[in-house]
Amino acid sequence: MNLELVLFLTLAVAAVTSAILMITRRNPVTSALYLVFNFFVIAVLYLMLRAQFIAVIQITVYAGAIMVLFLFVIMLLNLGEDKLAKWKLTSAKSIAALLGVALLIEILYFAISFTSSSPMPRKAESMGTIEAIGQVLFSKYVFPFEMTSILLLAAIVGAILLAKKNLNDKA
Amino acid sequence: MIPLSYYIGLSAVLFVIGVVGVLTLRNAIVIFMSVELMLNSVNLSLIAFSAYSGDPSGQILVFFVIAVAAAESAVGLAIIIALFRNRLTVNIDEVNIMKW
Repeated sequence: MNLELVLFLTLAVAAVTSAILMITRRNPVTSALYLVFNFFVIAVLYLMLRAQFIAVIQITVYAGAIMVLFLFVIMLLNLGEDKLAKWKLTSAKSIAALLGVALLIEILYFAISFTSSSPMPRKAESMGTIEAIGQVLFSKYVFPFEMTSILLLAAIVGAILLAKKNLNDKA
Repeated sequence: MIPLSYYIGLSAVLFVIGVVGVLTLRNAIVIFMSVELMLNSVNLSLIAFSAYSGDPSGQILVFFVIAVAAAESAVGLAIIIALFRNRLTVNIDEVNIMKW
């Protein structure tokens, strides 16, 4: 067993464990913190795949900005454990578990039958740097990049409008 | 050298955990976090495919997915705040006025 495989397996176990803990905790704050941990683990996996730029924005945008927004909303709404009903096994949940297992078998079947064992090309070593990503982003994908700004503007306006106390309020 | 299928397998497991979370949980915010988990698992498989095929387009797509996820979470959390203000709950079992 080489070192890279040991590192991958450790990270995979950490990611799966934190994801399972995330969906089983009763307190939403605890769930959010496990999800932040999961995002950090995935960022390290991105580094293993030589995607340095994506790893950095995973930590700053996902673990930093988005999860802070989630924690902010959870604490703003003051959601404790007492506000939520006790967990009980319903028929809907058992169907969900069955569907989940079926989906897992389906996807894993394709993942395992995907037998392309070609190693990572040498080109991939320098593909994830900010320089390389910027070269592609601002030449081939410059139009989608500019469209993202309109999307974010629409999201800002929409979020303010939705979270406003009274929609008919002029102020 | 780690085979590509290991990354796809990990991505599949994380995606299924997200699906099960969406289907079983009752708290709207934690359901939303499960959706973020699913987005992340797809990002992981995109990065893996991108690295193993030597094509940076996959990483650009992940960049856009993260941008869209930021917009989506801002709007979604605003909807949850508006919901909480009107119904004083985020339990989706009690929010069924749009149910057929």
